[in-house]
Amino acid sequence: MQELDIAGQGSVRVTRKSDNVVIIEKDLATEQMVLAMGPQHPSTHGVLKLECLTDGEVITEAVPYLGYLHRCFEKHCENVDYPGIVPYTDRMDYLAGMNSEMAFAIAVEKLLDVEIPRRVEFIRVIVSELNRIASHLVAIGTYGIDLGAFTPFLFCFRDREHILSLLEWASGARMLYNYIWIGGIANDVPADFNKRVMEFVHYFRPFATELFKLLTENEIFVKRTKGIGIMPADVAINYGWSGPMLRGSGVKWDLRRNDPYSIYPELDFDVPVPDGKFSDIGDCLSRHLVRALEMEESLRIIEQCIDKMPGSEGFNPRAGVPKRVRPKAGEVYGRAENPRGELGFYIQSDGKSTKPLRCKARSSCFVNLSAMKDLSKGQLIPDLVAIIGSIDIVLGEVDR
Amino acid sequence: MGNTLNAWSNALVGFNPMGLPLGLVILAAIPLVFIALYALTYGVYGERKISAFMQDRLGPMEVGKWGILQTLADILKLLQKEDIVPASADKFLFVVGPGILFVGSFLAFAVLPFSPAFIGASLNVGLFFAIGIVSIEVVGILAAGWGSNNKWSLYGAVRSVAQIVSYEIPAAIALLCGAMMAGTLDMQQINILQSGSWGFAHFFLFQSPIAWLPFLIYFIASLAEVNRAPFDIPEAESELVAGYFTEYTGMKFAVIFLAEYGSMFMVSAIISIVFLGGWNSPLPNLGAVALNDWTNGPVWGAFWIISKGFFFIFVQMWLRWTLPRLRVDQLMYLCWKVLTPFAFVSFVLTAVWEIYVP
Amino acid sequence: MEEGKVVSQSVAASASAYAIIREKFGEAVSAFDANDTMPFFEVLDTSLWQEIALCMRDHAKLKFNYMACLSGVDYPAEEKLGIVCNIESLGVFNHKIAVKVKCSREGGSIPTVSCVWHTANWHEREAYDMYGMHFAGHPDLKRILCPEDWEGYPLRKDYKVQESYHGIKVPY
Repeated sequence: MQELDIAGQGSVRVTRKSDNVVIIEKDLATEQMVLAMGPQHPSTHGVLKLECLTDGEVITEAVPYLGYLHRCFEKHCENVDYPGIVPYTDRMDYLAGMNSEMAFAIAVEKLLDVEIPRRVEFIRVIVSELNRIASHLVAIGTYGIDLGAFTPFLFCFRDREHILSLLEWASGARMLYNYIWIGGIANDVPADFNKRVMEFVHYFRPFATELFKLLTENEIFVKRTKGIGIMPADVAINYGWSGPMLRGSGVKWDLRRNDPYSIYPELDFDVPVPDGKFSDIGDCLSRHLVRALEMEESLRIIEQCIDKMPGSEGFNPRAGVPKRVRPKAGEVYGRAENPRGELGFYIQSDGKSTKPLRCKARSSCFVNLSAMKDLSKGQLIPDLVAIIGSIDIVLGEVDR
Repeated sequence: MGNTLNAWSNALVGFNPMGLPLGLVILAAIPLVFIALYALTYGVYGERKISAFMQDRLGPMEVGKWGILQTLADILKLLQKEDIVPASADKFLFVVGPGILFVGSFLAFAVLPFSPAFIGASLNVGLFFAIGIVSIEVVGILAAGWGSNNKWSLYGAVRSVAQIVSYEIPAAIALLCGAMMAGTLDMQQINILQSGSWGFAHFFLFQSPIAWLPFLIYFIASLAEVNRAPFDIPEAESELVAGYFTEYTGMKFAVIFLAEYGSMFMVSAIISIVFLGGWNSPLPNLGAVALNDWTNGPVWGAFWIISKGFFFIFVQMWLRWTLPRLRVDQLMYLCWKVLTPFAFVSFVLTAVWEIYVP
Repeated sequence: MEEGKVVSQSVAASASAYAIIREKFGEAVSAFDANDTMPFFEVLDTSLWQEIALCMRDHAKLKFNYMACLSGVDYPAEEKLGIVCNIESLGVFNHKIAVKVKCSREGGSIPTVSCVWHTANWHEREAYDMYGMHFAGHPDLKRILCPEDWEGYPLRKDYKVQESYHGIKVPY
């Protein structure tokens, strides 16, 4: 028996049985296949492209390619004045516009020294927590779709619809609000807004339980997510993960608690982290679980805000809004807890211009996604889909 | 009413002008027309309406009353679509794939007894034929997936082949349990053996205490064989775009779709024939109220088997809109380590039951 | 005002962290700018940046384990490009500090810290994409948001957009 290697075709074994019977066995030459997942793919959640090197269904390497939705946010910022940037922040994380606006307002207000009316703070927190629930609903619903469960997605969207109507009632827009201004808000909420919000809170609570039964506790769902894409806490911190992603790894870190802003110090809410009983800490299921539990905390925050909110007598929502936003010279890094993690704005002002010298958005998805290469190594394609889904990216924010 | 219907159908069977069994042909055409037109096109409509009902939506509402003509409009639309064959596709395989799929899924209809009076081909190995002919679908799927020259299609096809070939084993063994209870592979004979005045009590499912095991195994395996959720990994939308039919458009796409719904009905019909009495009425005779006698007969038989089939299609849809999808390795685990051993266990138990318990 | 007190407390925490770095690296780092909004220091000896970063991450009293943000900045007046890093000790001491590193505008190079904080990997690519400074030792330094064959570095203050890109007119 002799072995030959014919032009990289894999090894060929030639066995000579007798003079005229020769058996040639050939090992099939296998090679890795490059699989371009995206930018048009149902579960890359937008226009993300993953170039996967696959060996059968196992991924040896997945390299993300970004930029398909790059809209030059930072270049725009240097050419419009501060209030003009607010609508652009909406378009970054379009699923949580209120939260993005709030982060930007907080950053600029640090440089401005303006007095924010208390009622404004309460309204800001209510709308951004509502938006957080809406955003988590999309995250959870689309995660269901990623794993093949279609029905929870529509249930989630049905309830998100109520939130969008509430926000539309307050701001006039359903997704791109331009509601939280620098120093105030665009206008007061409508007269019955609080009542309607409470109605929604009472309506929504039982749904969270229903969703748990339908999706989170489903045996197949647990099988598909438990132990998949595990990220240890220290590596997660080193990767700069934040928000539900970091909490999924067991780090109790929430900017609303650890770097408090607005009225969050006055409010009573928990920061849910997985306890490792239902899920393995740091896996896809943990991240999903954190989001599911956070919705309940947001409901609690909204209830407390509505209880404590000062009345609207003599309230001018634009009292703190400067005529011309011209911050003092200096730099600031302001941040807020977004549904997807820490959204920060680094702003450089020269003190003379009404336009920032430099405005950089620290996007949470961008940072969370950067761990993709490590997370995807050696996973199956269905698991890759589960991992991308659990990162909950919004490409508008990744590419800015 | 049942009696008049029976009388009417008996009269039709006896309608033999010039020695030609015209009445029988008319009677035979009823289920086939029904299946081709209703089960397949309205299977799609039913799926959309049922999913809408489960998801708090309305579903199609615009075309006709309650959107009842939606599927016809869809077919009209698909007919007008450009028939694209990708430039780099293997044209022969690409074209022939959907054809094989379609033929494979409908050949089994030949041996399905739709009523006591009608069976397309009364083979004495009918059940064997039905199990075997379904495997042809695999060739079609592989041809479609390979011929598309698309990596996603290839993944879908390879997954599908692995899945169908694996799941045929527990499915076939589970059906063999039914065949053992009947002592024949003739589909019509299996049905006849399950008839009796006590209705559902004569069905094989209730004839032995073990029968529920092969029944469940076959139902689960049949879900995998027709690529339905939670085993729809060959066309896993969120992973593989659309699996082996990613590149198909227009009528070729429709043909693949029809084949899928065809095989859905086919496996549902097989499970109801082997375990649930096929065209036999499940209603028992209660003294003077001879429900079983009133509701049996050629037309009633077609009604029963089709409604039993639809019931299982409904369960398939119900599962699809409730459950997430399994992963490839979990799917194989379920087949080889759970279903196949249990199928063998039920096979042995059924044999023991048939030998030692009359 | 209570909020003012909180801010100055965190500035004091940053100042004491800075003192440790200053002690270790002496003249390689500039004086501490203790402003309220973003206290920072500058790394004057750019070549030491990676070493300083490692020390900041691993020093028992610093533990800056989390890089929140890395922004590229253009300083046309000084003829320099630079980065601003917002670094934080997450969950250990909870102090934070900003670090500035500058390099010359043409052909300037800054040592990479992507091996210190993985966050820096993509942020440095972005800074390179937008400003064109080179990050020495970066494992995968290529454009990230702009197409690979885009001309110029868009966020430089003197950036002129290219006339056409693959036959598409760019300014409109």
